[in-house]
Amino acid sequence: MRTFFTSLWGKLAIGGVIVVVAAILPLLNIHIPGVLPGPTYTAGAMSMLAYAFLIAALALSYHLIFGVAGMLSFGHAMFFAAGAYGLAILLGLLAPSGMPPTVVFLISIVLTLVLALVLGGLVGALALRVTGISFAMVTLAFAQAANVLIRRNTGGLTGGEEGVRITTEVVPEFFVGVVNTRNLYWLALGILVLVYLACLWVERSRLGHVVAASRENELRVTVLGLRPYTVRLFVFIAAAVLGSVAGMGFMLLQSGATPRISTADFTLTLLVIVVLGGLGYRWGAIVGGIVYTILDQRLADLASAAWIHDLPDVLRIPLSEPLFILGMLFVLVVMFAPGGIVGLSHRITKRRGGKQDVAQPEALQDVEA
Amino acid sequence: MSIIILLLITGVGLGALYFLVASGLSLIYGLMGVLNFAHGSFLTIAGFIGWEVGRRVGDGTWSGLLIGMLVGVVVGAVVAALTELVFIRPLYNRHIEQVLVTVGLGLASVALFEGIWGTDPIQIRLPGWLGQTTNVLGANIPNDRWLLIGAAVAVLLLIVLFLQRTSYGLVIRAGVENRTMVTALGIDVRRAFTIVFAIGGAAAGLGGVLASVYYGQVSAHQGTSLLIFAFIVTVIGGLGSLTGAAIASVLVAVIQQFANFYGGWGDFAVVLALALVLLFRPTGLMGKVKH
Repeated sequence: MRTFFTSLWGKLAIGGVIVVVAAILPLLNIHIPGVLPGPTYTAGAMSMLAYAFLIAALALSYHLIFGVAGMLSFGHAMFFAAGAYGLAILLGLLAPSGMPPTVVFLISIVLTLVLALVLGGLVGALALRVTGISFAMVTLAFAQAANVLIRRNTGGLTGGEEGVRITTEVVPEFFVGVVNTRNLYWLALGILVLVYLACLWVERSRLGHVVAASRENELRVTVLGLRPYTVRLFVFIAAAVLGSVAGMGFMLLQSGATPRISTADFTLTLLVIVVLGGLGYRWGAIVGGIVYTILDQRLADLASAAWIHDLPDVLRIPLSEPLFILGMLFVLVVMFAPGGIVGLSHRITKRRGGKQDVAQPEALQDVEA
Repeated sequence: MSIIILLLITGVGLGALYFLVASGLSLIYGLMGVLNFAHGSFLTIAGFIGWEVGRRVGDGTWSGLLIGMLVGVVVGAVVAALTELVFIRPLYNRHIEQVLVTVGLGLASVALFEGIWGTDPIQIRLPGWLGQTTNVLGANIPNDRWLLIGAAVAVLLLIVLFLQRTSYGLVIRAGVENRTMVTALGIDVRRAFTIVFAIGGAAAGLGGVLASVYYGQVSAHQGTSLLIFAFIVTVIGGLGSLTGAAIASVLVAVIQQFANFYGGWGDFAVVLALALVLLFRPTGLMGKVKH
């Protein structure tokens, strides 16, 4: 059954409408109590949504590695941190050089992209020599080393536990300060759209098909005369660069970063997001990223609510720990709803359409090989 | 010379701690193909409950510590066996999902521990002897290292005895070798899964109480930080190999101690060692090539 909404133009139209609606949100006065901290035009709501978009963009780049290529990486936070820290450090180093601020800003962005490219290439080239759980461990070890480097305030650049602040003098004016949150919101939305299109391009390209094929049957791809190693490395590097783009957006939005964004726990959060949204679905990463961020923020507010404080300890302690609730939610999704949020919605729409065959998320069965 | 002896013995002491965590990880991975991210939580909860019981029996006394250790072992084993029964077993043979469930449990449980015991580490009191040092060839070795080494050696011997001398040990060894064949012979491997989890949990539980002795404190994040090193140890030793885990634990900890003393780059030395081992021997030191 091919309807308008499943055709190419229909999909483009839906995507366009969603982006346009998201883009005009800051001009509207919509208040959803319990979801947003305030009406959509306020700085609080906008910066929370912008943060959610950036996390969604990061989750999309992780989807390339885990969902498409089937590689379980525990080091993806490293590239996000490389983007955020790289931009801040380069801006700080280049600010006294006397070049015009715009030039400094652009050079820093390009250099950060190069940094992510090189880092992704090095780590990927080494880690991809092994597969499966060993690959996961190597990426974890590298991320851990990066985390230690950042925490140690290496070269006096990373600021140790305090983290780094952005040098605002060389950042274009329309990205600085609470007054310009709206611009930062649009920037974050732009980054999300950009990363989405890049993911789409990689997945639809011949390389993307080879990567998906080597996820399903590596031996067969090798026998056909193709090299799984090379395509995987390319996807790994592409994801690293896209992750660093999200990191740069994060740095501009928050105008600072702490070592928290380079920890293994942060990568595990990405894993949770991708699975929560629906492993193997591009939309899953986006929906998961936005839902997770909003839940995380809202549950933290819930923890300080008065009625929670009156509960007995047995109920109060678990309910006031957002990560506990999210973690258990994740466990439940893995056990009972393997397709995540998007998978569930697919099932419901399929059933309504009278189709019996429920689409299984391909990636879940395949990555086990 | 005395410095080298000090670094060697303290390194072995830290290695003992790594081994207590890594042994269970390695056994579980070898038999079930599951990398257990919740293993650090077994350690942490055993550390906390062992300490809570121990200080009520006698704060800073030997009886308190020994009972704490015993409680830690029991808590670790029970929590691990329950985890296997409730969360891992329903996902039989779906390895990635099993790993994901343990990831979720690991995250959630650390948050829960923070809620119950707070985010800051709690200083603990120990028997006086553990705070003193013993002179070995001119090096003053902190006494708690002996306790760690003794406990790890005892655990290693007990696990080896169990694996070699009991029928369940036989099933486990055969299962690590070729699980499909064991199942085909009509042996219920699933009971062995629970047992392996319980053994791993017990070792980690003991490790949890001893980690609090080593660091002088209990905290919600103790398990997580040890778990990362235990993972590295397990991979270097060869996933599934108990002997490999034992050798790699000592090796990694000694390298770490020396690198930390000469230049303070211990964590990097460990990552470097992992990278080198994987480059030249991707299956680890004692790992078998899986067909």
